[in-house]
Amino acid sequence: MARRVRVWPVFVAFVAAVALEVVPLPVALQPVRPPLPAMVLIYWAMMWPQRFGLGTAFIMGICLDILHGQLLGQNALTLSVVIYLTLRFHLQIRIFPLWQLTMTVFALLAIEAFLRFMIEGLAGLDPGGFSRWSRVLCGALFWPLVLGIMDRLRTQVETRDPSFN
Amino acid sequence: MALTTVEREPGSFRTASPGLRLILLCILSITLMVLDHRNEHLVGVRKALSVALYPVQLLVSAPFDISNSVSESLATRTQLQEDNKRLRQEALIRSARLQRMAALEAENARLRALLDSTVIVGDEILIAEIVSVDMNPFRNMLVINKGGSDGVYIGQALIDADGIVGQITRDRHYSAEAMLVTDVDHALPVELARNRLRTIAVGTGELDRLSLPFLPLNADVQVGDLLVSSGLGGTFPPGYPVGVVRDVRKVTGQPFLEIDAEPAAALNRIREVLLIRPGGRDPFADPESTRVADEPAADSAPEPPVEAEAADGESG
Repeated sequence: MARRVRVWPVFVAFVAAVALEVVPLPVALQPVRPPLPAMVLIYWAMMWPQRFGLGTAFIMGICLDILHGQLLGQNALTLSVVIYLTLRFHLQIRIFPLWQLTMTVFALLAIEAFLRFMIEGLAGLDPGGFSRWSRVLCGALFWPLVLGIMDRLRTQVETRDPSFN
Repeated sequence: MALTTVEREPGSFRTASPGLRLILLCILSITLMVLDHRNEHLVGVRKALSVALYPVQLLVSAPFDISNSVSESLATRTQLQEDNKRLRQEALIRSARLQRMAALEAENARLRALLDSTVIVGDEILIAEIVSVDMNPFRNMLVINKGGSDGVYIGQALIDADGIVGQITRDRHYSAEAMLVTDVDHALPVELARNRLRTIAVGTGELDRLSLPFLPLNADVQVGDLLVSSGLGGTFPPGYPVGVVRDVRKVTGQPFLEIDAEPAAALNRIREVLLIRPGGRDPFADPESTRVADEPAADSAPEPPVEAEAADGESG
């Protein structure tokens, strides 16, 4: 496969998602911040599994852990598991109609939040309140928007790269 | 299998089956977590990665910095005049207080010298700004723009204009992570300024509430009591305000009072913090500063009688 692919727009999207994850928000808005890094990763693992997969998820998770000052490896583990599930079912998922896709993403994000809840519980950290679950819900609500933006980005990447399938 | 259609590039990690790769990554991340949890085995790794991610941090805080500088440069003349007036008044009040402070400090140093105890010297202070990066939403933590490269060390105390803010927990070399006094993992040795009753102020996870869970039912605590750091833990220098007692509840059947305090520092509005490096620890600074502190005391002690005599002479 000729690898003259311009992947940098996708990396820009990844960096933007990570940056938006740590952008300061008022305390009242923090429970409704969608988990963008996980959503963007799910999209690209689903649409371009040859290029973005577990390694990307792991590295992104480590970056998030560092920026958030959390236990090193916590996000890496949860994102890896979620991306594994995405890769496992990516052929089914990506032909789903929008509402089914949204429900699937909701389930994936819920799994991610639950894993993180378990890890933090095992580590003896503060389990937090309801906000981790409201973020999952918010992620599902924002999914159509993320899907639209990423689809546009993907068409751009595709038209630049004839070998992309 | 859905994944059989996925073409993989040659390479040891990429050629492995996804399940195997997931297991490898899980083992790796669990190892990382175990090493990172409590045992600080990964301080160097974390620091290196933080330095690598410093640009992201700058990227995130850039819009806020820019908007701040723009709003500063676009401030109207009347606003600036008002600010100027207010700051002048504040400076006047503070300098008036400071006049007494100098005399009291000198007196304190003299009395301590008499008691043969160590002298508390003025602490060295470094100003840092808060980086606009959100940390874990379940923790009360923040990032400041000074780090190990500026002499910041782990455990260093942070204050703002009103009181103690928190302490440095992680060094990111160019920046540092700090835990606020209200974090659930934070406990701070305090004493009541009124009667020097010592206790511990524990964070609650809410930015506007500290808890004092270890005072017995007969303790002399009143609403409005000022809490100051007692300096017992060794992390925080003594005498800085921590909070004000807001609520004292006696719960029947409980051996301890339930006391809430409001942090003195404006934890949700701070933009700048001061990093304290206690000056009294430096053995070379001690004799020098006691001498300096003694001089005005020695001068000021005999002065009033002289002045009084002079005044008497003039009047007489």
